[in-house]
Amino acid sequence: MTESNNMLEIKGLTIHYVTDDGVVRAVNDLNIAIGRGESIGLVGETGAGKTTTALGILKLVPNPPGKIIDGEIFLDGEDIIKKSEPEMRKIRGNKVSMIFQDPMTSLNPVMTVRDQIAEVILLHEKMPAAKALEKAEEMLMKVGIMPDRAKDYPHQFSGGMRQRVVIAIALACSPELLIADEPTTALDVTIQAQVLELMKNLKEEFNTSMIMITHDLGIVAEICDKVAVMYAGSVVEYADKLELFKNPKHPYTIGLFNSIPDIGNDVESLKPIKGLMPDPMNLPTGCPFHPRCDKAKPECSEKIPAGYDIGNNHIVKCILFNQ
Amino acid sequence: MHKYILKRLLMLIPVLIGVTFIIFTLSYITPGCPATMTLGETAPAEAIEALRQEWGLDDPFIIRFVRYVADAARLNLGETYATRRPVMEEILTRFPATLQLAVMGLFISVLLGIPLGVISATKQYSLFDNLATIFGLIFVSIPNFWLGMMLVVFFSVNLGWLPPSGFETPAQWILPAFTLGTGQMAVVMRMSRSSMLEVIRQDYIRTARAKGQKESVVVWNHALRNALIPVVTAVGLTFGFLLGGAVLTETIFSINGIGRFMVQSINSRDNPVINGGVLFLALSFSVVNLGVDILYAYLDPRIKSQYK
Repeated sequence: MTESNNMLEIKGLTIHYVTDDGVVRAVNDLNIAIGRGESIGLVGETGAGKTTTALGILKLVPNPPGKIIDGEIFLDGEDIIKKSEPEMRKIRGNKVSMIFQDPMTSLNPVMTVRDQIAEVILLHEKMPAAKALEKAEEMLMKVGIMPDRAKDYPHQFSGGMRQRVVIAIALACSPELLIADEPTTALDVTIQAQVLELMKNLKEEFNTSMIMITHDLGIVAEICDKVAVMYAGSVVEYADKLELFKNPKHPYTIGLFNSIPDIGNDVESLKPIKGLMPDPMNLPTGCPFHPRCDKAKPECSEKIPAGYDIGNNHIVKCILFNQ
Repeated sequence: MHKYILKRLLMLIPVLIGVTFIIFTLSYITPGCPATMTLGETAPAEAIEALRQEWGLDDPFIIRFVRYVADAARLNLGETYATRRPVMEEILTRFPATLQLAVMGLFISVLLGIPLGVISATKQYSLFDNLATIFGLIFVSIPNFWLGMMLVVFFSVNLGWLPPSGFETPAQWILPAFTLGTGQMAVVMRMSRSSMLEVIRQDYIRTARAKGQKESVVVWNHALRNALIPVVTAVGLTFGFLLGGAVLTETIFSINGIGRFMVQSINSRDNPVINGGVLFLALSFSVVNLGVDILYAYLDPRIKSQYK
């Protein structure tokens, strides 16, 4: 794959948070590529660095304490790490937009939802304010909110409705890349399904590439084309969705699948991955997963494994696949 | 909203009656005879007795209290012992100076305090923030009267730029307003800073940034409006107090305001003035509080929806 083909290509991204207690290595040498119109699921436990990666793409990692230490982020072939703040502002909300995890806190409580949508439209599209308000109402319609609620404030909406508003804000300027950071985690299951369906439809309508951050493999199965499994700040396995679900290779990925209850398969007990996610301030040497890995060898603790392509564009970051 | 305001205004009545009762009781039980103090120890007993009769000092407490409340309801607060002029008139002639001083002090504290606090918060732990913190601490700690006197010594006596007393011309406004405003400014600044620090970390601020909004708009529009509630509370409280007269500032600069008048009256046991003054103070405090609550509704729609 060449850069020009990809909507987004991240190479060797490293993001640290420098705190008084030490350096938190949130994202370490992360590599990902997303094609146009493609959606990729970024899967991993809490603290794996998924949200930091997403904020890194928008260059919104809170600084201090966060800092992009190294790496390149090619958006449409251009390295955004080198871009200035005014240039980034033109990208945010326009070319790349983000849906945040918690709809209850993601909206400004003192602005009407219509104004909040119109704000992003006015920032990126040249049109009179009245026209932007109209377009904001159209966006509300698209996400299934009647325009008579447009002048309401966030506190007058339920969580699911608020997430629709957040989605409307994110899609208002027809972004080419949409980053959805656990968009359904804070919602009820029934609402989750609605929101996912909505996102799927809108994504098709706008032909948007998407990064779906989640810890829910069910959502990945539902929405994504490709999957990247994150562990301790880097992608440990990357493959097409079907390939990964049928043929998981990395011991961590296998562990993840074993942790999911399966109604068709009667087992005595689930097989959780033993141990805990390492403290990112104090990552183990070598492969960060080796202390929890059943198949760990002595050399696992010595060297960080490279990503090995095992065919079908299936990449595994584990020395077991070094052939 | 209108219904809410009306309800709050009606609630003023029991509050004011309660305040009157307390202050009236206090002046009733304090020893000393106002008639004797007015006429002097050497006055003939008949004259004192006549004055006691005239002022109704021999009537039972409850009758005096009810009479006072009934008069007050008709905006009659009685006559001062000292000048025999209506208390209401005496207060109203002094109120403009006090109001003006309070408003000017408030302007200084708000117009300087909020921006300084916001900048401090956005540049937390920077040199600016640390300097602002230090100066804030200094201004809060300096007693008003000392600051006032030092300003007079420096700007009036040494430099001769500004008049040392009075409150009629704009040049005379500067020193008192500054004396009164700086301490409040430091309070407003610290309040704005801590409130902004909390708001600036909220998710919706990140959302605003993710829209591609300029940092200045994010801070001064998205964040500040959310951070203002506690600041408005503090400013409102201060303003209420200031309306009761900034005693020390008024005294240093010889401003004929309510605070100074009240202190003089307390010294001479001029009970009608004390009662009337406290009642007036309670009223202005309540009105300012109501204003603050109404302002909340405009700042935060969540609060507005609770006003019924």
